[in-house]
Amino acid sequence: MKLLSKTLLLCAGLSLAACTNAGRFDDTSSTSAGGAGTGDFAAGSVSDPSSPAYFQQAVGDRVLFSLNEYTLSPEGRATLDGQAGWLQANREYNALIEGHADERGTREYNLALGARRANSVQEYLVSRGVPENRLRVISYGKERPIEICSTEACYMKNRRAVTVISVVPTS
Amino acid sequence: MIRIMSLLLTVFALGLPAAAQDSGPLRIEITEGVIEPVPFAVPDFIGDGSTATQLGRQIADVIAADLTGTGLFRRIPSDAFISQITSFSSPIQYADWKAINAQALVSGAVRVDAAGQVVVQFRIHDVFAGQELGQGLQLVGTQEGWRRIAHKVADQVYSRITGEGGYFDTRVVYVAETGPKDARQKRLAIMDYDGANVKYLTDSASLVLAPRFSPTGDRVLYTSYESGFPRVYLMDVATVGRRALVTREGTMSFAPRFSPDGRTIIYSISQGGNTDLYKMSVDGGAETRLTNTPSIETAPSFSPDGRQIVFESDRSGTSQLYIMPSTGGEARRISSGQGRYGTPVWSPRGDLIAFTKQHQGRFHIGVMRTDGSEERLLTASFLDEGPTWAPNGRVIMFTRETQGEQGRASLYTVDVSGRNLRQVRTETGASDPAWSPLQQ
Repeated sequence: MKLLSKTLLLCAGLSLAACTNAGRFDDTSSTSAGGAGTGDFAAGSVSDPSSPAYFQQAVGDRVLFSLNEYTLSPEGRATLDGQAGWLQANREYNALIEGHADERGTREYNLALGARRANSVQEYLVSRGVPENRLRVISYGKERPIEICSTEACYMKNRRAVTVISVVPTS
Repeated sequence: MIRIMSLLLTVFALGLPAAAQDSGPLRIEITEGVIEPVPFAVPDFIGDGSTATQLGRQIADVIAADLTGTGLFRRIPSDAFISQITSFSSPIQYADWKAINAQALVSGAVRVDAAGQVVVQFRIHDVFAGQELGQGLQLVGTQEGWRRIAHKVADQVYSRITGEGGYFDTRVVYVAETGPKDARQKRLAIMDYDGANVKYLTDSASLVLAPRFSPTGDRVLYTSYESGFPRVYLMDVATVGRRALVTREGTMSFAPRFSPDGRTIIYSISQGGNTDLYKMSVDGGAETRLTNTPSIETAPSFSPDGRQIVFESDRSGTSQLYIMPSTGGEARRISSGQGRYGTPVWSPRGDLIAFTKQHQGRFHIGVMRTDGSEERLLTASFLDEGPTWAPNGRVIMFTRETQGEQGRASLYTVDVSGRNLRQVRTETGASDPAWSPLQQ
């Protein structure tokens, strides 16, 4: 499967930030339970509804945005309703919400735009009852595309916010 | 490292006033329209010994590359020479250089002294005036530093002929890029302005973005994800020692820039999805918030006098350029054309602001006056962004990225006139350049 080969490629590289971030959630030593929204596979079996893999693939870990936009589409809100339900049912997990942009923008503006997108998701999840202290946001701007062509078909998939599940640190 | 040891007296300058009268001194006015490059000759500098002879040839080639790279000069190949310079102290046969239409002639000598230092003497000749252009100079440096000596000679030639400050003895800090688009690795790197002497400042373990030099060129501000989240870091170039400057939990910080006195940094903080501008002392301490709006404020740049800041904001609905006092306060919009504007950078001369413009699916590097008037677009491509000024305010370097799955980032330079677009040769992909001041 395409996703799998990409994951291996990414994580076999020289410890990309994208592959280590989840493990640095909250600046503690929580265990990475998923990828960083760049195509990584989350842990567990997709047939186990309480697994991060189920969250990623069955619930849906990402929402997409229009060009330069950060408002949620009806489809995105439906996905996030599922995410909120899953997070409330699986309180042993936290989430890192990554905001991303397509390549058509300046680097620093896109960082700020990615922050807006991640925040839109965070605010929506909080409005659906997920405690804010279980969610953190990060922006990668245009630094972590998953699709590499330079047409709208790729851009629309890169303009995304990805909810990455991580284990709550035990202290 | 290199210092000007002594001014050589121009004892060998044989004045030929008759020739000087009908031609006037050699001078290029850069502000004129399209110009024909001035032909010049740089014979190999005369070396005393085999090491010095080799250095003499390399130094002449770097001087020539610097000068021709400006688009203002054209080197006359040595096989066209009538005279050979066999002794630095012999009189110049100006008629022989005039005959091949060399308007400028650079002559020089190299020796390696007892301490192993390279000693270079050079003279610049105005061939048609039949006399030296300014005084001869002597430069002393390490053998490894021979390129810097050559750049310093070229800076002298450039500034004596154009009346502008030079920019060849400079460095560029940038982001070296390797790997495919969806697994790109980025390292902070520093090189000479012409791409030579690359040194990597970070490994590829953490994503790094958009470095900027301190006004003295010895420190670099940049954004790194090494904590897991984007944060502003300060690095000492010589030791590569670094520390996080902005560490407020639950926020992201990026787009850091120095004030002209090097004591203050301005940067963006994103919190709750909102991005505003802040400043703090380079030594740390309390942050001062400079903007407080629900829109994106980022990519700041100080005016050379430190009193104003130009930045980008989408408070009007699209990204535009604004100027405000460096203490914060009311901002006035300066960009007024069609399209979106970003990454404004104030010229070291203070008169222009370079920017990235996005319009109808294309990206441009452009300049405008500080009141927003006289906008001129210098480039156009699929993706140009992130201009940085040469210290003399005459040349702009920027990132150009090609499109598609094989898309790759490279550095380019262009004159502020829009002429002389050139790719900077780098051993890897490269982005986010920042040009140093002239080295001391």
